[in-house]
Amino acid sequence: MDVKHVAKLANLQLKPGEEDKFKKQFADTLKTVDVINELDTSQVEPTSQVTGLTNVTRKDKIDASRIIKKGIIKRGDYFKVPSLFNAQ
Amino acid sequence: MLNKLSLIESLDGLRSKKFTSEQLVQACLDQIQKFNPKLNAFLAINEKALDEAKKADVSKSLGGIPIAVKDNFLTIGLPTTASSKVLEGYMPQYESTVTTKLKEAGAIIIGKTNMDAWAHGSSTETSDFGATLNPWDTGHLPGGSSGGSAAAVAADMCIAAIGSETAGSIRQPAAWCGVTGFKPTYGRVSRYGVIAMASSTDSPGPLAKSVGDCAIITQVIAGHDPYDATSSPSSVPNLAPSTKHLTPLRIGLAKEYLVGQSRPAVLEAAKQFEKLGAKVEEVSLLHPKYSIGVYTIIQRSEVSSNLARYDGIRYGQDRSFFGDEAKRRIMLGTYALSSGYYDQYYTKAQKVRTLIIKDFDQAFKKFDLIIGPTSPGPALKVGASIDSPMFGELEDMLLEPSSIAGLTSISVPCGFVDGLPIGLQITGPQFAESLVLQAAHSYQQATTWHVRKPQLS
Repeated sequence: MDVKHVAKLANLQLKPGEEDKFKKQFADTLKTVDVINELDTSQVEPTSQVTGLTNVTRKDKIDASRIIKKGIIKRGDYFKVPSLFNAQ
Repeated sequence: MLNKLSLIESLDGLRSKKFTSEQLVQACLDQIQKFNPKLNAFLAINEKALDEAKKADVSKSLGGIPIAVKDNFLTIGLPTTASSKVLEGYMPQYESTVTTKLKEAGAIIIGKTNMDAWAHGSSTETSDFGATLNPWDTGHLPGGSSGGSAAAVAADMCIAAIGSETAGSIRQPAAWCGVTGFKPTYGRVSRYGVIAMASSTDSPGPLAKSVGDCAIITQVIAGHDPYDATSSPSSVPNLAPSTKHLTPLRIGLAKEYLVGQSRPAVLEAAKQFEKLGAKVEEVSLLHPKYSIGVYTIIQRSEVSSNLARYDGIRYGQDRSFFGDEAKRRIMLGTYALSSGYYDQYYTKAQKVRTLIIKDFDQAFKKFDLIIGPTSPGPALKVGASIDSPMFGELEDMLLEPSSIAGLTSISVPCGFVDGLPIGLQITGPQFAESLVLQAAHSYQQATTWHVRKPQLS
């Protein structure tokens, strides 16, 4: 695996030494994963979700009941909130 | 020692005015103060818990009950970090559906519990804020990723707790800490406001002191949520297990799962079910090694997508704050989804996922429920997960199949090995929560494993 390339795709910076370390660990993991190739899936459909639900929609309505209330300043459908970090 | 009470006992005591919610909350806070420095189960304590207890309406279904919540549920007024430094200090702008429902039912969120960072693990050792230790033996791990919730229940720091499971993260720590952990069917409990791990299997659920306790909490948090498009619109039946005798159930004992030190205790449990009137027979399922492969690929792929949003621009720190485990999972998922490898890994895993689902469908034609060990053995020693990128996958190999298929399953204590608890998993088809809870409750009526408590010092 080209670890440097994958890190770039994933928007992650590698620290010195990580490329070699991860390369070895990924090789081990992919070896464990490869066992699934023992199974014949030529006639099998892939499953992406298990709910059986299709075309789920809801009303496009703004519900502000669960958002933070403290110190909200509203402007139309936008709002200003206090600083999120180091807040009490 | 009110904190030692189960949820059902606490509700009885509050409603018959034997004690107040304030006293109950205070007892839990005292226990947290005494043992959290050692166990590190909580990352944050709700400073307003006592004020909320004073105003508690004990006529509600969870009125006045202190409940601990895993740190990946968004809670207004309490920091939510998923145990990652990326989100250190983050205060949510909105409330998760699960905690909204808990509060509406009168529960008091007593604090937020430690977990594997981003729920990536089965040890709680990958938390960026230090490992949680197992209350039964602090030289051992609590399991994970809901390890803080499991340890908090086992150590009586709360009456019950909320966890979440992607593949084993409720059941495995419940087993290792000797508590009851319930994973509802995928879609039964809303994921809205839960920091996403693998969206196609993430399932919130309770960890508590008995099956009856788990049923009460699940009744509160389950149900359709318009804000989670994958939540099921089907109505939630009454989940309270009855004291009546178990109807003659057909139980399959998963042959391929009978590995490790848990085996003898699980075989004993199978005999117990026969005594209760069930017909127990061995069932052969697809080998768990295939689930390890499928789960690894699908989970890391979904992780790479879900964690792409953490860029530190609108909130949180930048991506250099991710720990090793998160980096590994994001990168491996990115690789599995990248051009040229997508079919080889992701599509292949999705196809084997179909085979796992069909395998269970076949088994459930013959059996009502399937039982087996929750984990191959008891809690491993502190340090066991370090430098073991596949630690979680291997420890949860007996739990991944049911998660991949979106089934409902519970872990109940069923014995001890070297003084450490062992768990039995009872798995049913999708939406068979009532049946799973009823069978597990009948087992607990006939056994005392779940009432044993660790000696804390």
